[in-house]
Amino acid sequence: MSLMEAFRSALEALRAHKLRSALTMLGIVIGVAAVIAMIAVGGGAREQVAAQIRTLGANLIMLTPGNITAGGVRLGAGQASSLTSDDAGAILADVPAVQAAAPIIRSNQQVVAGANNWATQIVGVDLGWFEAREWDVAQGRLFTPEEVSRGALVVILGETVATNLFGEQSPLGQQVRIKNVPFEVVGVAARKGQSALGQDQDDTAFAPLPTVRQRVAGANRANARSVGSIMVKVREGEDMANALEDVRALLRQRHRLQPDQDDDFGIRNLAEMAAVREASASTLASLLAAVAALSLAVGGIGIMNIMLVSVTERTREIGLRLAVGARPRDVLRQFLIEAATLSAIGGAIGVALGLGAAQIVALKAGWPLLVEPAGVALSVIFSAFVGVFFGWYPARRAANLDPVEALRAT
Amino acid sequence: MALIETQDLTRRYELGGEIVMALDGVSITVETGEFVAVMGPSGSGKSTFMNIIGCLDRPSSGRYALAGEEVSSLSKDALAGVRNRRIGFVFQQFNLLDRVDALGNVELPMVYAGADRAGRREKAIAKLKRVGLGERIHHRPTQLSGGQQQRVAIARALVNDPVLLLADEPTGALDSRTSLAIMKLFQELHREGTTVMVVTHEPDIADFADRVVRFLDGKVVSDTRQTARDAAQALADAEAASAAQDAKDAAARAALHKKEAAE
Ligand SMILES: Nc1ncnc2c1ncn2[C@@H]1O[C@H](COP(=O)(O)OP(=O)(O)OP(=O)(O)O)[C@@H](O)[C@H]1O
Ligand SMILES: [Mg+2]
Repeated sequence: MSLMEAFRSALEALRAHKLRSALTMLGIVIGVAAVIAMIAVGGGAREQVAAQIRTLGANLIMLTPGNITAGGVRLGAGQASSLTSDDAGAILADVPAVQAAAPIIRSNQQVVAGANNWATQIVGVDLGWFEAREWDVAQGRLFTPEEVSRGALVVILGETVATNLFGEQSPLGQQVRIKNVPFEVVGVAARKGQSALGQDQDDTAFAPLPTVRQRVAGANRANARSVGSIMVKVREGEDMANALEDVRALLRQRHRLQPDQDDDFGIRNLAEMAAVREASASTLASLLAAVAALSLAVGGIGIMNIMLVSVTERTREIGLRLAVGARPRDVLRQFLIEAATLSAIGGAIGVALGLGAAQIVALKAGWPLLVEPAGVALSVIFSAFVGVFFGWYPARRAANLDPVEALRAT
Repeated sequence: MALIETQDLTRRYELGGEIVMALDGVSITVETGEFVAVMGPSGSGKSTFMNIIGCLDRPSSGRYALAGEEVSSLSKDALAGVRNRRIGFVFQQFNLLDRVDALGNVELPMVYAGADRAGRREKAIAKLKRVGLGERIHHRPTQLSGGQQQRVAIARALVNDPVLLLADEPTGALDSRTSLAIMKLFQELHREGTTVMVVTHEPDIADFADRVVRFLDGKVVSDTRQTARDAAQALADAEAASAAQDAKDAAARAALHKKEAAE
């Protein structure tokens, strides 16, 4: 009997018990749909984290102010900054592995342009910031070194801020007011998208660091040169862990910390943080996929069950087939193909459903829909394999029937 | 060379430690072109014998040569091939597949013979015509009468042009007139050269064979040759008798109506 023939005959047999075949298939449909959806959702989540890491820029170390002790009184983290612009300068000058060190002050403010206004985060930066974040302007220009050092009233708007204030109009050369101080818009930053924490990175505006320190953030600080944080970019090819230790040692020395004292600053490898996030996303994804695979196995057991019932019911048919010349292997193949057909059709429907579900999840979560064709192919093949695997025992049983006894069955 | 030649054929069954000799030393020779009726009381081993002759079962001991080839020692696959190409089997319960039509049922042995679709179809239609079902090729078994179903089963048995046609109580589930029609078909096939062996309980049916073998307790107790009764004639007689009976009934009914009308 040719394969085509066997397949046709399998479809006939399955059609003879439509409801039963459909219900058996349902087990596989659910299993495969779950696997596909979980692979796609997991892949999407992972891809999202990876994309965030890419927009962040590689090889970044983030320095944040920590606890400082002022006259025996411990001030809370961030209450007063232990980091200064001079720290940033020293890091760049003394740690050879460092490519850029950008001191930053952040301040949430209302930006006003004519009748429009928009609340956003004003970030005071120097030119090192744009180098560290590998960030450029889409329109206009960056600050000049002179503008940064004298604290000029110039601003570069993030894309979100630009569109909210000026719509389709070009903001270049326009005036905006921050804390009633007029700033000239000299540039619009390139689009960055979401950050690793899900924030819109384009909802921001940059101004020179001294400008923000003096005119925007308020001078309520322990040290007139203190900054909110420092972002350090390590040169390509340098060892991150070593660079991080060098920066830490330099800062401890500059802050005159004794060996038994804790750091008065926080220091973090951003890529590592992101990697941890990615790893946990991956773990979750594989866990979900494993649970889904389990449900596929349950579907397979359903197939085995129904095939056993079918072999018992059709004992006479098997006897007749043997009597007219079927070899045991023909009978084996017939039942295997029936089982594989059940699970392959179920698998195909499952793939469609799973992709649909993944699409919905991706839309709701704002993730990229990431379906690897290999993953889809694998689960269809796997589901057919499930049919063959679980169909094997019943088929074996059918093939080993004795013709005379099978014909005598009622 | 004899078509069937057996020597001291036995078939033992063990049931709860007790040994049943379903066949107990059967030596028989059947020539090509014979029409043999196998008779005997229930449990005498007729079906067991037919199953071994039909290569559905293997003897516990003894020898069986089909057309000169020793088959009792063949592998399962080889036996399947013999059943497929050289033997046609007809059962009391027809054993048709309900989910396919007459054509599909008749094609089945050819499917296992590896014939191509077009050739299969053509041949199956020819065989269905041969058994008088040319008009019913797309009927399912459930849409056919018992006699028609048995004809489909016979067409299926004939489809690979076997040398040997075996039938185990083929008329056991049919009324007497349908039985005659089936026997007429067997006689025709026999005249066309097929060797036919039929198991039956009914002496009337055995009359249509030219040799009768009787079994008792797994042994052959008699083996006689006879002049076969003509099934076509028997069927014509039966039809004439029933037509006469129908005419009588009609006359009686008419008379009754007349009487009722008169009153
Ligand atoms: N599978 C089996 N297991 C045990 N005993 C069996 C088996 N098959 C047949 N027998 C026994 O073998 C003997 C012959 O059985 P067989 O079916 O050949 O009789 P038969 O002549 O065909 O009877 P019937 O006219 O009722 O069909 C019987 O005694 C029966 O009980
Ligand atoms: Mg019997």
